[in-house]
Amino acid sequence: MSAFAALFRRELRLAVRVGGGAMMGVLFFLIVVTVMPFAIGPDLNLLSRIGPAVLWIGALLATLLGLDRLYEADREDGALDLVVGAGHPLEMVVIVKCLAHWTATGLPLVVAAPFFALFLAMPPEAILSTSATLLVGTPALTFLGSIGAGLTVSLRRGGLLVPILILPFAIPVLIFGVSASTAVVFDPAGFRAPFLLLAAVSLLAAVVGPVATAASLRGGLD
Amino acid sequence: MTKVFKAFSRRPDTGGAMTDHDDSNRRAGEAVPPVPPARLEVRGLVVDRGGRRVLEGLDLDLGPGEAILLTGPNGIGKSTLIRALFGLLRPERGEIRVDTSGDREPGEVAPSCHYLGHRDALKTALTVSENLAFWKSFLGGPGAEVDAALDAVDLLDLSDLPAAYLSAGQRRRLAIARLLVAARPIWLLDEPTAALDAASEERLVGLMGAHLAGGGSLIAATHLAIDLPGARPVRLSTDRASAAEAAT
Repeated sequence: MSAFAALFRRELRLAVRVGGGAMMGVLFFLIVVTVMPFAIGPDLNLLSRIGPAVLWIGALLATLLGLDRLYEADREDGALDLVVGAGHPLEMVVIVKCLAHWTATGLPLVVAAPFFALFLAMPPEAILSTSATLLVGTPALTFLGSIGAGLTVSLRRGGLLVPILILPFAIPVLIFGVSASTAVVFDPAGFRAPFLLLAAVSLLAAVVGPVATAASLRGGLD
Repeated sequence: MTKVFKAFSRRPDTGGAMTDHDDSNRRAGEAVPPVPPARLEVRGLVVDRGGRRVLEGLDLDLGPGEAILLTGPNGIGKSTLIRALFGLLRPERGEIRVDTSGDREPGEVAPSCHYLGHRDALKTALTVSENLAFWKSFLGGPGAEVDAALDAVDLLDLSDLPAAYLSAGQRRRLAIARLLVAARPIWLLDEPTAALDAASEERLVGLMGAHLAGGGSLIAATHLAIDLPGARPVRLSTDRASAAEAAT
């Protein structure tokens, strides 16, 4: 257990230090959300109606863009060989790395979302529901993205390939996340079903993601 | 800053160099943890890389206290053999097994081995001691303390420095310190002396000797002649590798 705690602490430390990129996700999120009103125009009604969708797309892109280095950095400096050979189950290593990555990059998005929602003139109940769906849904994006990061680990500059591979699989997360967030404004009873489905997608990704990632990492060691 | 300066200022002190040197080598030896006995057996190993046969029908036995020095020209498969032994390459055919006397089942090879590859597995954003402390916790089990291991490779003065500022030789020494913080019976070393200066090389040979004396064993792939008493040279050559071992 202490081995995984040590891994978690190291991943967090690396994320917040120079070149770690923990804040990059939030900054990218901020830029996407800021640029959107310029494209759409200063129509407050329209902005507040599509606000949850804008926040979700921003969070989706910010999460996926930061994932390409998840295993590539370890492979480049040789740490991946040692992590595989240390004798711990590789699936657990993947889970710990994903959780640490989510804590460093996903959680700040969830925390920042309510503030960014103010830019979009969203009503308070929509801000609350969007934050809740982001909290439940972003782990799914991290675990799904981990599969892409594992598959592209042996490709140099595989950077943009991860979002391209993973975005189609992230569509259910987007659908349930946005529909739960917007339901609150029009029909409060409609929140429950998509929210529970979103939670289900997250749990499924947390199971499938580590197994698939570990398999692809083992295959990519050569 | 003072720490870095101290590390440099120690060098020109030649007066008591000999005794200081011997003393540091002895202390280095003490940092090597004793290991449980383990026997490595390789039978009929065949490994392909990129569709090309690199190793064919290789047999190898390595008991406690034994060392093998792998030599041979570039591309003959020294690194491939070491990576295959560590389980990073899947062999086409053949068997690799480790017998550990005691409660452990014979089987998984990697958890009984340390692998020192071409790359040093250091995170440049972490300090020297943070790097080593991570591997100590992650690899687990008994082993030398972080400070003792750093002292054994003469990096204790730099322990608070980010690894980004280390020279190639210092990075290598930090990677070598990893072998000490977790006790594992078999060391698989791929070009361990790369980038090391003469004094560091001598210190490494001292550590290897102490590891062998403590019941460990090692396989080192190298171009340089490592002066390790009792080491068995194995030369890989293009005609069957197993024949090469029989000839030595």
